[in-house]
Amino acid sequence: MALTHGHASGMGGMRAAGDLVARMQMTRGMKVQEAKKYVADKLKVAVGELTDPVIMTEVRDDLQIGAMTPLPGCAKGMEAKFRIAELLGIDINCVKRFSEKISR
Amino acid sequence: MGKILTRFGDGICVELTESELKQDLEEGTRDAADRANVPPLSEEELKYLFDVFSSPYRFVSVEPGNEIILSYDAGTLKIRRVGVNVDRIQALQIYEKLLGADTMELCHVDYSFKPIKPIVTMEQPILEQALLSTHIPLFYGAMPNLGLYSQPDGPFPNPSELLPMGKIAEARESYEATIEDAIKDIVYAGSAMYESGADGINLDTVGAAGDADFLASLKAAQKLKEKYPEMCIELGMAGEFILGMHGELTYDGVRLAGLYPQDQVKLAEKAGVTIFGPVCNTNTTQSSPWNLSRAITFMKACGEAASIPVHVNMGMGVGGVPVHDHPPIDVVSRASKAMVEICRLDGL
Repeated sequence: MALTHGHASGMGGMRAAGDLVARMQMTRGMKVQEAKKYVADKLKVAVGELTDPVIMTEVRDDLQIGAMTPLPGCAKGMEAKFRIAELLGIDINCVKRFSEKISR
Repeated sequence: MGKILTRFGDGICVELTESELKQDLEEGTRDAADRANVPPLSEEELKYLFDVFSSPYRFVSVEPGNEIILSYDAGTLKIRRVGVNVDRIQALQIYEKLLGADTMELCHVDYSFKPIKPIVTMEQPILEQALLSTHIPLFYGAMPNLGLYSQPDGPFPNPSELLPMGKIAEARESYEATIEDAIKDIVYAGSAMYESGADGINLDTVGAAGDADFLASLKAAQKLKEKYPEMCIELGMAGEFILGMHGELTYDGVRLAGLYPQDQVKLAEKAGVTIFGPVCNTNTTQSSPWNLSRAITFMKACGEAASIPVHVNMGMGVGGVPVHDHPPIDVVSRASKAMVEICRLDGL
């Protein structure tokens, strides 16, 4: 079921920019077209490129915002989410919590 | 054109003639329009649906540019349900890396806020660890499930036993008492999981126990939003209209019993909900075209009324999807495409 919807109408999650567009819906309550435009502007790509896994793999690698195939040394998990929060200009709850927990 | 192969609401195959397909599409939208007092689908939209169902291809999809966001209820529970023996963090990673999920939800197999409350301290570290290694937004979700608050599962007299005895006042009193306890449990567990870093809290299958269930969820959402103004709350419904099990409950002056999605979403907005998940239940004795035409009529009206993102429920047995554990991709892909493109949705 999840796969069918994913193929029929989904943005592709981390294969593309689905997770980033979802974050704008969740943190700013944006409708999907507004969220896509916002993310595309931040990534400096066209809206239509947000669902292209070839282009987005390169963009995600350049920006270090999480990769489907994480190569050695690339930002992963929480590391990538720090960059996503900064790139999109949003607060990510677990990033804030992580910052509060680390020693200073 | 020869006969068109489609399915019934239980997933069984059926062949329809062109006129039968048209008739089912027209009757489905008329049924929804009459029930919810919303406009039926236009001739153009019915023609679009006709073309989608008469497509010879096994799988169809939206046009490029029309893609939407997918959120998931009972996320990690479904991996265990099919007997795949992986830990919940691994389940989240499977959805993120193998299934291309845009968001995901951590949940417990006992998927209600009441049983989560005493074990929430065991749930928090799982979420905290999951958040370190995943990238996509993670919800924590459960159901309000007011049925668990009446005897023999809970402390209050069972309204389903009181109502047949004519004890209407006593039944209503019991429903009102369950609301207060459910709110406390939802706010307690929701707060704990949010403070552990959850990107959002999902209240799933809202309204399953009727208007009291919906009211408890709205009030809990309001309290959570007052406590954490930046919290994302997704509220997914159980059915297309609110069962009036109490009958006189109101929120913000609006009687809840009998509300359809286009009115439900307005109250969700007032309560501070971020994403609303309306539902239309599938009728197993009608065809998939009838069910999808009916579902889209409800959801289109809801989407037009909403100012917050709408993620229509399209899992097994809702949103025109057949009532079957393994919904066929021919009908699911048609439902997915048509629902998104006619209703201009934000997600599923």
